[in-house]
Amino acid sequence: MLAYVVRRLLYAIPILIGVNLLTFLLFFVVNTPDDMARMQLGIKRVTPEAIANWKAERGYDKPLLYNRNAEGAARVTNTIFFEKSVKLFAFEFGRADDGRDIGNEIRTRMGPSLAIAVPTFVLGLLVTVSFALLLAFFRATYLDFWGVVLCVAMMSISSLFYIIGGQYLVSKVWHLVPISGYAGGLDAMRFLLLPVLIGVAAGIGSSTRWYRTIFLEEIGKDYVRTARAKGLSELAVLFRHVLKNALIPILTGVVVVIPLLFMGSLLTESFFGIPGLGSYTIDAINAQDFAVVRAMVFIGSVLYIAGLLLTDLSYTLVDPRVRLQ
Amino acid sequence: MTPVLLWTDALVFLLVACGIASGIYISRREYLLASWHRVGESRAGMASLTLLVAFVVVGLLDSLHYRPRLEAASGQPGGYSGEVRSLLDVLLQPLRDGTEKTYSAPLAAHLYARETVELPDGSQARVFPRLKHGGAHLADVEAEWGRDVTLRTLRGAALAVLAGLTFVALAVLFAARRWGTGWQAAWRRIRRGETRFAWHAALAALGMLLLLAGPALSLAGGYHVLGTDKVGQDVLYLTLKSIRTGLVIGTLTTLVMLPFAVALGLVAGYVGGWVDDLIQYLYTTLNSIPGVLLIAAAVLMVQVAIDMHPDWFATAAQRADARLLALCLILGVTSWTGLCRLLRAETLKLRELEYVQAAQAFGASAARILGRHILPNVMHIVLISVVMDFSGLVLAEAVLSYIGIGVDPSTISFGTMINTARLELAREPVVWWSLLAAFVFMFVLVLAANLFADAVRDAFDPRLAGSRRSLPGKMA
Repeated sequence: MLAYVVRRLLYAIPILIGVNLLTFLLFFVVNTPDDMARMQLGIKRVTPEAIANWKAERGYDKPLLYNRNAEGAARVTNTIFFEKSVKLFAFEFGRADDGRDIGNEIRTRMGPSLAIAVPTFVLGLLVTVSFALLLAFFRATYLDFWGVVLCVAMMSISSLFYIIGGQYLVSKVWHLVPISGYAGGLDAMRFLLLPVLIGVAAGIGSSTRWYRTIFLEEIGKDYVRTARAKGLSELAVLFRHVLKNALIPILTGVVVVIPLLFMGSLLTESFFGIPGLGSYTIDAINAQDFAVVRAMVFIGSVLYIAGLLLTDLSYTLVDPRVRLQ
Repeated sequence: MTPVLLWTDALVFLLVACGIASGIYISRREYLLASWHRVGESRAGMASLTLLVAFVVVGLLDSLHYRPRLEAASGQPGGYSGEVRSLLDVLLQPLRDGTEKTYSAPLAAHLYARETVELPDGSQARVFPRLKHGGAHLADVEAEWGRDVTLRTLRGAALAVLAGLTFVALAVLFAARRWGTGWQAAWRRIRRGETRFAWHAALAALGMLLLLAGPALSLAGGYHVLGTDKVGQDVLYLTLKSIRTGLVIGTLTTLVMLPFAVALGLVAGYVGGWVDDLIQYLYTTLNSIPGVLLIAAAVLMVQVAIDMHPDWFATAAQRADARLLALCLILGVTSWTGLCRLLRAETLKLRELEYVQAAQAFGASAARILGRHILPNVMHIVLISVVMDFSGLVLAEAVLSYIGIGVDPSTISFGTMINTARLELAREPVVWWSLLAAFVFMFVLVLAANLFADAVRDAFDPRLAGSRRSLPGKMA
């Protein structure tokens, strides 16, 4: 087990290096720091001194890969690649354009992001799995048919409309919860209720349909017929046998997302004004703060790889047939 | 006027040509036709296909671009306007030019906001001023409005019924001739749904479409059917223009990514060894970057490049088009991995089958085996994932445009419409029509695409129901 985890972690290194090289290419080679400076300072009437100043402030005035003017190890380390890309591996993200430390910012914003993402995830999973079980129980009836129709219709609505419509109805017309904002502690409940509910609703369509197909596939198998033949009630078959076995394919899709919950949800957080990582990312994109976007890309891929590892490990927990080699 | 071929136009027409070519190819082969016949039997599939065709027609009309000639000044050769228009703009000329000052409600004859106007006697009053175009033909709004709207609606509906009956008659005559029966018998079979093709579903969808479009067009002659937005543009015009953007994103992205996904997937699965490792490494790396962020990074970079080189583009439309194409490319780069993985797995399976081994024994080259023996047997996967991806991409466009990393702000799309309208529900009184129009059009487009995708999937491969792909729209 331990050896397997270690080996998987070693596999992750070349992928992270690849991600790093790709972002380096995108951010520094395709567009040079000069372009970025001109973009930030305004394209017209910008002096070369202003550009040089901007670059020096952010440490973009160094050579890309190899510093001829430096001595010894500094030839490699005193470069943009080392300063901006290699240091990501040590989770040193540097400073954002507004001068704040990105690492610090990420740590403080993680809380609100998780406060929304985790309840949405758990509640969403519970609701969709039970809804899918219900449809599978009433399979090939009108309830099933209209349930699927409802799912397809819900899938076809953009998540933007769930948020806009939810805010309008619940907050503006019914005045149940504040439209947006955030507070710490128990007070956060008021602000979190609506985003969580909307997040759950937006996910119902596609997930339910997907779980329903898994359940139906499982229901057609031989062991289910055996279970029925020995006289188990349909409910017992569904909960004791089908649900357990269907968990395996469900896990594939679900576990990989868990680490990514840290990243928050871009749309929800920006609409509801929640100071999490999602809104941080959106703000950075709108302000064209490349340092922050780069940091978030790196963190995102680390979390994704962690998710893949977790998926493989969770397989062995739920399915004894899978052996780690 | 001079025709303008934008990059996306060229690709759209390439796509249409590919579609026609594969249509001809398929129609000559009985075994390929069989699956499409199953699509034709699906009622939901045919109804949604009818709606999709209507959307595609609007999109294609909007893809024929030209630049109007400017009035020649005396003695000088006339130049061409910097503004690029499309055939759809010509058809919707009154809607396009009939801009008002600001918001006006659907079918209204007055502005939505009070304005201070000077009365003839010199005093000032706060009133809702009349619109310049909407209901401008009415002399006395209160007395005539209701009658005029009803009349126009009825006239439009009558035309729609007429057009619908023509289509039904054509279908009945066509069917009667094909089956060699009288037209009464053909009509009876179509009406009762006893035909192999779901004629009645397609005709019913067409009828509903006409019943909505007829009155809308008839009313559009004198009113803003869906109101006007903040700068007074007709919302119906905006939504119709948005259709092309959505279709371009949904189709060109797949066109861009298909060659990569198919070639890399097949090669990885068939050749194996270090090639397989390399391709797997490539897509795992790309996949491990959260889609939205990769798109954001790439779009920011494209934006910098476009802003740095204003001399690349002759007109603003071409610049916006370059960004649209870039967005398609970027979405393609981030979305080929799922299909590639599916194809690799399928090729791994096919590689071990007898017919491939027989081809190998005959000494066929790897390229020939891949092209002649494996590719045709994975085409259903390609087709299914293409139609399944479409709706996700249309939804993704709206989300990305909202975040600010989608299409150019000057491109009319569902995303930019929602983005400009999203604060309107917070206004007092509420401005609901822009959002509702964008919502309804987008919902119908995506729903039709989803239903059609389901029909195609059921017809081509009932076992593939489990494939799930990740798109930025789902992540956000």
